Amino acid sequence: MDKGVRLLKWLTGGPPFLFLLAFFVAPSLIMIVASFRFPGEYGGLAPLIADGKANLTLETYRFFFSDFIYTQVFIKSFVMALATTLICLIMAYPVALLIARSSKKFRDLMVLLVVLPFASNFLIRVYAWMIILGPQAAFSRMINGALGLFGFEPVALLFSPFAVLVGMVYVHLPFMVLPLYTNLEKHDPVLLDAAQDLGANAWQRFWRVTWPLSLPGVYSGAALVFIPVLGMFAIPDILGGTGDILIGNLIKDQLLGTRDWPFGSTLSIMLTLVVLACAGLAMWVSRRRSYA
Amino acid sequence: MALLQIENVTRRYGALAAVEDVSFSVEAGEFFTLLGPSGCGKTTLLRMIAGFEAPDAGRILLDGIDLAGTPAERRPVHTVFQSYALFPHMTVAENIAFRLKMAGKEPQTVKVGVKEALAEVHLEDKADCFPHELSGGQKQRVALARGLVNRPRLLLLDEPLGALDAKLRQEMQIELIKLQKNVGVTFVFVTHAQQEALALSHRIAVMREGHIEQMAEPAKLYSFPHNRFVADFIGHINLFEVIVKEATTGHLRLTASGLGEIIAPPPDGVKAGESGWFAIRPEQVCIGQRHDVELKNRFTGTVCDYLYIGDVTTYKVELENGTLIEALMANSEPGRARFFEVGDEVTVAWRHDAGHFLDE
Repeated sequence: MDKGVRLLKWLTGGPPFLFLLAFFVAPSLIMIVASFRFPGEYGGLAPLIADGKANLTLETYRFFFSDFIYTQVFIKSFVMALATTLICLIMAYPVALLIARSSKKFRDLMVLLVVLPFASNFLIRVYAWMIILGPQAAFSRMINGALGLFGFEPVALLFSPFAVLVGMVYVHLPFMVLPLYTNLEKHDPVLLDAAQDLGANAWQRFWRVTWPLSLPGVYSGAALVFIPVLGMFAIPDILGGTGDILIGNLIKDQLLGTRDWPFGSTLSIMLTLVVLACAGLAMWVSRRRSYA
Repeated sequence: MALLQIENVTRRYGALAAVEDVSFSVEAGEFFTLLGPSGCGKTTLLRMIAGFEAPDAGRILLDGIDLAGTPAERRPVHTVFQSYALFPHMTVAENIAFRLKMAGKEPQTVKVGVKEALAEVHLEDKADCFPHELSGGQKQRVALARGLVNRPRLLLLDEPLGALDAKLRQEMQIELIKLQKNVGVTFVFVTHAQQEALALSHRIAVMREGHIEQMAEPAKLYSFPHNRFVADFIGHINLFEVIVKEATTGHLRLTASGLGEIIAPPPDGVKAGESGWFAIRPEQVCIGQRHDVELKNRFTGTVCDYLYIGDVTTYKVELENGTLIEALMANSEPGRARFFEVGDEVTVAWRHDAGHFLDE
């Protein structure tokens, strides 16, 4: 390779590399070390070296696995992330398909509409759901009115797992729509003509051509929704009940509330491990049959 | 009864008629070509036969049955697309198997069918390749195999050789003729390349602006074009604006402005005083030194340009009055590299029964 090209490669690749080193790798290492340390007397961390010896322990990990409640929260978070991803996929796919197949004139406008919610603050949008799902709101009254007609007890929509799920889906929907649209927009329409020509009806055309070709978009959309939902704490905080805490809430409470930094770090590392495992699995699945 | 009958078919896009009142029929086993410049309506016509578009008026019948109301997926008609349209996420074998699977064939039948189809196009060793691993010619063969695997009543080919380079194109033309003969499927072929149409087809319909200008066998089309458009579109031709001076049963006496008198073979029903065009192919125009020609239509001029392509040379000759005429000469005489240079004085001439009078 030419010397100048190599230099350019380092110059362009260097800053992002250094950024990730400083703000991802280094903090992760600090967290890993912190998870093996003792908590400080008034929060924070106890000294790393005491009496000339390393002051480290596996206590936090023992604690994590000794109480099933933590694993339970992980499972609950996992199920919540999975449900959010699936619902987002089912809701986003038709939208993305509609945008990808409309005329060029309307496409940009529709993409703009999808990302428009980002123009207002995330917390404000989540608080808006508090009002929509609140007991006095028309939506709640309608639901409870309908339930009453069939002889069911009225339900509280707010401060429930349902409200958390609604908030999660609402916030993350654009992250599913955009990668799907980007993928679907690239599909050559003549492939659908060819499939029809060879005897495939609309249903078969979708499942045998459009869907398999859109899988890369599905994978990236799923990753963009699944991973943030797994660590999300603001939405369960605002829309969930006292029993609806997820891993994110747990970590936030340990680090900011209880001020048990070692245990907070341990939870955080466990979350990172789960995310990495999921990402690895997704990569393995998507690579098993690659054609491009 | 003809296999495919197109009856007064019209297709409009807004005010523009892409296909207007077109009728023709294709016999079983025929290699039929729709030839025309881009925008002449040939692809629209093909898409209507395939079922991707519906005619605004007229009928399309296959085996005497009106296809209106039969969606594309249920027509026994397959298409080979210009871009091949191979499914990128399927292997060659899966691409070919697609039609058989859609037809609900047993896995064993599918396997055998795919194998036979691959053998037909000599791609047995590429069964497990993905389309992006194939060359253009190989993709072309897969597209053909996929279209033919279920033996459709009709195979529609939309400029299938357009993306191939010249040499490969010629090879595929020869193979296409063989393949069509072997499988016995009727082909309707669309192209804008007149040489390709002449080389491949049993019959050609020349289209322009949504109409069929002429429909005939290749040799007839080339030798006896009906009008100026067909004459000009198929091959090269010299065209001169003329007025009929005298029309007898034996010959036609024409005067061309800027050329003089021309003797031509008489078509039916031409009267003196009519105006039109005289068309003559370059290969019918002899070119020589001043004295060695004994033909009735004879003019002198100077060579102003030539195009040497090896086997033949096309000379552009400027006559004394400024008219340009093209003459084709075979470079068949041994021991000579070329015959005439720019600036040489030459005589161009042609037989009294060569060329045509065209009234439009």
